[in-house]
Amino acid sequence: MYRSLQEAVRDAESQKKTLGQLALETESRDQGRPVAEIRAALKRALDVMRGAIAQGLTGDLRSASGLVGGDAAKLHTRATGPLADTPFRDILSRALAVQEVNAAMGVIVAAPTAGGAGVLPAVLTGLADARKLGDEQLVDALATAGLIGAVVAERASLSGAEGGCQAETGAAAAMAAGAATEMLGGSPTQVVNAVALAQQGTLGLVCDPLGGLVELPCVFRNATGAAIALAAIEMALAGITFAIPADEVIDTMGEIGREMDVRYRETAGGGLAATPTGRRLARERLVQIKKA
Amino acid sequence: MVSLLDIIGPVMVGPSSSHTAGACRLGLLARCLVGGTPERARIELHGSFARTGEGHGTDKAIVGGLMGFRPDDERLRTSLEIAEKEGLDYKFEKTKLGEEGAVHPNTARISIERGGRTSVMVGSSLGAGRVLITEIDGYPVEVTGNYHTVVLVAEDIPGSVARIAGVLAEHHINIATLRLTRKERGGDAFMVIEIDDVPDERVRDELRALSWVKWAFRLEKVSA
Repeated sequence: MYRSLQEAVRDAESQKKTLGQLALETESRDQGRPVAEIRAALKRALDVMRGAIAQGLTGDLRSASGLVGGDAAKLHTRATGPLADTPFRDILSRALAVQEVNAAMGVIVAAPTAGGAGVLPAVLTGLADARKLGDEQLVDALATAGLIGAVVAERASLSGAEGGCQAETGAAAAMAAGAATEMLGGSPTQVVNAVALAQQGTLGLVCDPLGGLVELPCVFRNATGAAIALAAIEMALAGITFAIPADEVIDTMGEIGREMDVRYRETAGGGLAATPTGRRLARERLVQIKKA
Repeated sequence: MVSLLDIIGPVMVGPSSSHTAGACRLGLLARCLVGGTPERARIELHGSFARTGEGHGTDKAIVGGLMGFRPDDERLRTSLEIAEKEGLDYKFEKTKLGEEGAVHPNTARISIERGGRTSVMVGSSLGAGRVLITEIDGYPVEVTGNYHTVVLVAEDIPGSVARIAGVLAEHHINIATLRLTRKERGGDAFMVIEIDDVPDERVRDELRALSWVKWAFRLEKVSA
């Protein structure tokens, strides 16, 4: 797979392909598997993503600690509010839904990780449903997202333990922003602008889950991550460019991650996890898990 | 090489790709070393596995993997109860396998027994569901589970690699990588052979039939 988005854009433009097509063909060559087989695997991932959204929106899930669950439904069923009946509201509730399923040991697609698994399905299926786009286009978008994620994995990291939350929900927002921009007709250049715009908005974001569990703030970080992705998509499709190339923004994310103190890398030693309330909740709830 | 399906995947039971999906894959690989679900298992958890494993279901995931459940199998949620019913006697301990920095924070040592055969495997969960086995029965190895893998211990005699490659060739199995390690000259040789195709039982039996092969097992491909 590609190690540079700039190279991928150059190849896509010279071969007159989308980044999604390029990703599928490159994966096919790398792994010695036919494109149809890779598309089928992505279609299965899409089905699981949709299943998790549907399950999460029902609202009767609780996490192992009981700290999270039921909020996706709360947002989904509310009739009023400044963003009622917008794709934005719908996408926020979908992101919460997937993460609530994840926290309850339900089946999800790690994309790129389980902790950031809500952003991509929420943004892609939410926008596709709003625009009446089909599964074929969503599978193409997942391939684009995979290419972007692979570049982030090579140049920076996709692990909160290594790079903080900027490497999980931040990378997920960058993948979702780029993939949706292409799905909605954006050019390869617009796609990488969306990646840069989304990733820059998450730089420095720490990984500070209470008790080290993928629950709080992870569930809500996926909703705010989706919001950042939507902002990036809207700007990129309007032709806004970001002066620092996406590859360099991703390199920066990696550098910040390496410099980040270990307390902010999934160890529950700093950030929200280390607040008085964070410590108290982790103490009380972990006891609950041990009993169960 | 990063694969698209590593990024958009795995399909898994939550909540953590490293602490749940990766942990399950470690269990899946370990069971192959005794040829099936073990009767007894002692699982030592190191670092972050020891610290946050309970909340992430790392215990359920490893035990589920030992019983052959894959990362997307919803039975992982109740695997500890299933293990008790099926007669898998498991025990978890927290341990320190080495200094911080020297050992990956998500590492487990799994000691298992089945039908009189015992095996000890050390493996780490690297993130996003990827795993690396670093030790089998005291031999240093590198097994990723990205391929079907044959592991075997043979007497360290000339021509052993050629003979084994020959058996695989006869069955039209293509070798992706081959690594040979030994603890000392003339000591037993430990071979890790990653292959492109799924070998059937006959391959294993033919390898075992070689008088100088002490044991051979096939590890499943556990990645997407």
